[in-house]
Amino acid sequence: MFDWVQHMADWIVYDLIQLDPQAHLANALNFFIYDSVKILLLLVIVIFFMGIVNSYFPIDRVKNYLSRNKLYGLEYLMASLFGVVTPFCSCSSVPLFIGFVRGGIPLGVTFSFLITSPLVNEVAIGLFVGLFGLKTTVIYVVSGVLLGTISGIILSRLRLERYLSPWVLEVLANAQRDQDLFQQEKQSLAQRLPVIWSEVLEILKGVVPYVIVGIAIGGLMHGYIPNGFFEQYMSKDNLLAVPIAALMAVPMYSNASGVLPIVQVLVAKGIPLGTAIAFMMGVVGLSLPEAMLLKKVMTIKLIGIFFGIVTLCIIISGYLFNIIL
Amino acid sequence: MKKIKVLGTGCPKCIQTTQVITDAVNQSGVEASIEKVEDIMEIMKYNVMSTPAVVINDEIVIKGRVPSVKEVVELLN
Repeated sequence: MFDWVQHMADWIVYDLIQLDPQAHLANALNFFIYDSVKILLLLVIVIFFMGIVNSYFPIDRVKNYLSRNKLYGLEYLMASLFGVVTPFCSCSSVPLFIGFVRGGIPLGVTFSFLITSPLVNEVAIGLFVGLFGLKTTVIYVVSGVLLGTISGIILSRLRLERYLSPWVLEVLANAQRDQDLFQQEKQSLAQRLPVIWSEVLEILKGVVPYVIVGIAIGGLMHGYIPNGFFEQYMSKDNLLAVPIAALMAVPMYSNASGVLPIVQVLVAKGIPLGTAIAFMMGVVGLSLPEAMLLKKVMTIKLIGIFFGIVTLCIIISGYLFNIIL
Repeated sequence: MKKIKVLGTGCPKCIQTTQVITDAVNQSGVEASIEKVEDIMEIMKYNVMSTPAVVINDEIVIKGRVPSVKEVVELLN
């Protein structure tokens, strides 16, 4: 599907600029051009598709659905799946949290949504397909959804409501499975497309600089780090590698766009995929700025438990990946 | 005189929205006051779950995205 991009990259590097195909610089540049074009195309496709899905399942509808239906345990999975199609902005996490609480949605279900939403998002999926291929992407998405589901179930078992901020408890006491009237927008797809498309451009504008820088760094590393370089330090047998990767990643704040291209090179140079994915999930799924925002609605203790459980699940999935792949 | 409120907890998108609203008000020539609401309790009174949101005369007209100037001008008229 992307052969023509490779031809174009070859033509630019070897014919137009006339670099020696044997040189490191030529390889690095070729890799950079090929990866950038391919990934940008994939991002446009995935973000656009998710935009369409999201346009028909806006967050209010998701909330009403979860609030209205008794799903006998499936609500965690549903919340997690909804998290995939909802674009996540950490600044929206607080209003979203309160909205869910007010709608009478159990805390654990809300957590399921909050975990999966940043972890599996349109940008991460687009990058994953471009960098690791379809199969790894499917495994990543499925494990992200399961991770959100399972963490949510564990968190609900711990009965954490008492650790919410006092004013949120008040909201909780008045919670009702109400159906906020929400103006269902009866628009045709053609009417929706301009709005969806402008959203696509908006998201792209935000991530493209990171993607380009990430790919540039990746391209340089690709040309200069010898193959198998990391294998001696971080083999699959090294049991500490996964937890260290995950713990290192949690305080780091970056979106998937900057980290993934670099992770891909690390994997190509010998870091096991599971270890790399644990790192990536830690960076994308949990961040300190998000914790600061959540402080408005929950106590530090609850944030600690929340992050702790999710980190634990990330570490477990890292090990699983290393065993399966 | 229209009362416009921009609801948002202070993220870049909310700041951008306020800028768009200001531009739109200037462009349309409609008389309006613009207020930025950053307090989360205040925001929750409007029952929005995704910010930024724009409220004109106590009616939520936009939520969860940054509108275009053109769009806001149309809403104002």
